[in-house]
Amino acid sequence: MIVASVACYGLKLAGLALPETWLENQRVQRPVALIPIALLAALIAIGTFATGRHLVLDVRVAALVVAVAAVLLRAPFLVVVAAACATAALLRLF
Amino acid sequence: MAPPAAPAEARRPIIRDALGIAIASGAYAIAFGAISTAAGLTLPQTLVMSSVMFTGASQFAMVGVIAAGGSVWAGAFTAVLLGTRNAFYSLRLASLLQVKGGLRPLAAQFVLDETTAMAIARDDPRLGRYAFWVTGVALFTFWNAGTLLGALATQAISDPKVFGLDAAVPAAFLALLAPRLRAREPLAIAVVAAVVALAVLPFVPSGVPLLIVAVLVGLFGLLRP
Repeated sequence: MIVASVACYGLKLAGLALPETWLENQRVQRPVALIPIALLAALIAIGTFATGRHLVLDVRVAALVVAVAAVLLRAPFLVVVAAACATAALLRLF
Repeated sequence: MAPPAAPAEARRPIIRDALGIAIASGAYAIAFGAISTAAGLTLPQTLVMSSVMFTGASQFAMVGVIAAGGSVWAGAFTAVLLGTRNAFYSLRLASLLQVKGGLRPLAAQFVLDETTAMAIARDDPRLGRYAFWVTGVALFTFWNAGTLLGALATQAISDPKVFGLDAAVPAAFLALLAPRLRAREPLAIAVVAAVVALAVLPFVPSGVPLLIVAVLVGLFGLLRP
């Protein structure tokens, strides 16, 4: 926890100290732009379709569908999250 | 911290925007505090992440991995990878901010999506610096207060699943990811990453699917012209 926290801080500090030519380097920029997209997508998939190392289909899938709809409707962040939570919670009642 | 002189009439809209952003992210931090606590992290751990890591996507990723049963190291790895973009923000901001000595470590901590956007949107460098510091201080305050609130509220709940909190993490990531998917290539990468992660998931330890995805997309980014 502490290691990750300090490393994330170190990355910010490094940028203030590194030479500016790094920024122009396309070979560095592309992976840095793409990795967050891939990781977030993978995290969404795992958080929705997996329990531990098993693939499962449960109410979280419905919650994600609702979240996608909310995002497409340009709902604010908290509304997206709350809609997903409410969907999962309500479906579990039945 | 004395922000460099900027015209007074130009400062008011900056303060208003900074507060708006900070309040919105405070609400977002409530969600983080709640999810982190629901994932089994202690109150001190949750608060350290918000004050030291202080970069939303990385924090959500770390608790998301831990909540999914991944190891702390897998979570840390993911968090740091997501945090790499801040180094690039710092690079962009370095010439604008011109921070020296003791202020530099403080300035570094405030380098985020929001502060970078606020700072580089100004034509006048003095206003840019002012926007950076005001947004940074406001965000840091609301972010940590929101985290504490969310964590304390969730501690009072016996089973987070009853409130569907396990569905909160994917929804939060989706909201973070959506603005980046406007073009075809990022969308294709996102879909492939999700499919690859699920395909390898049953065969490797928790957290490793993310590592595989990160390495693959990193190679793709490096090798493709």
